[in-house]
Amino acid sequence: MTANAQTMSVPMTSAPDSVSDRLRKRASRHMKERVIEFILFSAASISVLTTAAIVYILVSESLTLFEHVSLWDFLTDTQWTPLFDDAHYGIMVLLSGTLTSSFVALAVALPLGTIIAIWLSEFASFRTREIAKPILELLGGVPTIIYGYFALMVVTPALQYLFPELPGFSLLSAGLVMGIMIIPYVSSLSEDAMRAVPMSLREGSYAMGATRLQTALRTVVPAATSGIASAYILGISRAVGETMILAVAAGMQPNLTFNPAEPGATITSYIVQVALGDLPHGSIGYQTIFAAGLTLMLMTLCFNLLGYYMRKRFREVY
Amino acid sequence: MNQKDIQAIRAIITRHKRWDMLFGLLGLLALMVGVLTLTVLFADMAIKGAARIDYDFLTSFPSRRAGSAGILSAWVGTILVMLVTAMSAVPLGVAAGVYLEEYAPKNWVTDLIEINVTNLAGVPSIVYGLLALGLFVYKFGFGQSILSAGLTLGLLILPVVIVATRESIRAIPQMVREGAYACGATTWQTVRDHIVPYSSAGILTGVIIGMARAIGETAPIITIGALTFIAFLPPAPYTEVFPYISFEWLMAPFTVMPIQMFNWTSRPEAAFQVNAAAAGFILVLMTLAMNGMAIWLRYRLRRNIKW
Repeated sequence: MTANAQTMSVPMTSAPDSVSDRLRKRASRHMKERVIEFILFSAASISVLTTAAIVYILVSESLTLFEHVSLWDFLTDTQWTPLFDDAHYGIMVLLSGTLTSSFVALAVALPLGTIIAIWLSEFASFRTREIAKPILELLGGVPTIIYGYFALMVVTPALQYLFPELPGFSLLSAGLVMGIMIIPYVSSLSEDAMRAVPMSLREGSYAMGATRLQTALRTVVPAATSGIASAYILGISRAVGETMILAVAAGMQPNLTFNPAEPGATITSYIVQVALGDLPHGSIGYQTIFAAGLTLMLMTLCFNLLGYYMRKRFREVY
Repeated sequence: MNQKDIQAIRAIITRHKRWDMLFGLLGLLALMVGVLTLTVLFADMAIKGAARIDYDFLTSFPSRRAGSAGILSAWVGTILVMLVTAMSAVPLGVAAGVYLEEYAPKNWVTDLIEINVTNLAGVPSIVYGLLALGLFVYKFGFGQSILSAGLTLGLLILPVVIVATRESIRAIPQMVREGAYACGATTWQTVRDHIVPYSSAGILTGVIIGMARAIGETAPIITIGALTFIAFLPPAPYTEVFPYISFEWLMAPFTVMPIQMFNWTSRPEAAFQVNAAAAGFILVLMTLAMNGMAIWLRYRLRRNIKW
């Protein structure tokens, strides 16, 4: 959108100041426009600078760690004890915690989120939708530390009532609460995608005698696949990057396990744990959090790229 | 068609209708899981914490004794950090949004910026904490200060502000711009006098949602190494002598509401858990109020503006 108002000819009728004055004014105004455009451009390029800075900080600090620890050990060691004398740096341990808790969270969020999205888009009346959507939004707006407190103080005791052998900290209760937190991310994007499906497709389906459920599952959902997939991917990257719920409710002991009923540390909760202590700048422990952060960043980047690809690949254009 | 076939068809129709109804119930049930969680969460904090909230709780510093501990330094810290966040994220976000919608040519630089904004929105908040730890705290030497925390959260909500700005600018019909240009306005004059004023309500909605998110963010602030036991206030922003305004508070150590709550949650004594519930209750009220305001604003906006 660049309209060149400046290049239009200057009207010369009944001007109190001379033409040369006006031309000078025009030149200065042109200058001002350029300066402003440059300022706005600089503001926009902050986003690129931020990404560059994130990559630079994570990679440079991690590289100093990898001078001490080989990449092979980092990827294959089965112990994560960087702060002990007998130091081991196996990211697998933290990764297992992240994957297990994310799995629990997604097992809650994806089905519930999809059902809510289908229900809101195809079944609910206009009034219901107007009330339900803000409530879901509030669910996504609650600070995660509150969810952490909720998982530790309400959900864990409730689960212990059902399964008495569950420990006080577990990936399960953290994951369940995390799943509820992620529901709105999944449901609102999927619903948007379903509502973008043109009415004519639904009408065609209804005209063939399909019920609302049949129309929803066999016509609307397939037509909205790309949007639903990107909603899922957003949910996954939320789950992987979630921090406070896990730091509060899952315990912070590194534990190589895929059993949700055990406590465990995730990549994110490890970073919090180290940051809570006073680690000197430049120590190995300090560098490990950047290596952990880099692993996390690479994982979310993969998901983001996958989402981008899915949107391109499966996009239905009407 | 004989009677038997008709009956078979009717049975199929009944079955499909039953499934339809069942799914209607299932959807309602799924929604109720969310609503119920929100209610239980809110009620639990209210029951455990509300009795603890009084004047002393708001005006006392944290203490080793749970009974006399308060959140004075936490809420003052939160307000100051939010001030820095708003001051950094709003101008930058609005400027970036305006640039992308009104100025940006279609080329690879613009594409790069757009991809980055989308990607940054998906970066976990703790990664911003690591960025701030490496960049603001050590490279720039801001230390573990209000300035570092405010800028970190500012970067974190920048994509939210940019996206909100772009969406509300996009809702302005093209004829408004054409009218302005036809009168000889420059791009900047059009933006300043028309585009920004008309989209301001939408931008405000986005800013409020972003701030509501920033106010509850804990992970990045813990990562920059914010202290959790702060029993003093940052220096006052005004002085008795000329120039009357002081920016010393920007460099002061601080604590914020979510960190205070995390600190209390991780203590074993039950009395501190009550404090955590009380602090959490106030925090939830703040974020719910901000989110509610944004939702109400959006609702008003949709009703009032008819181009």
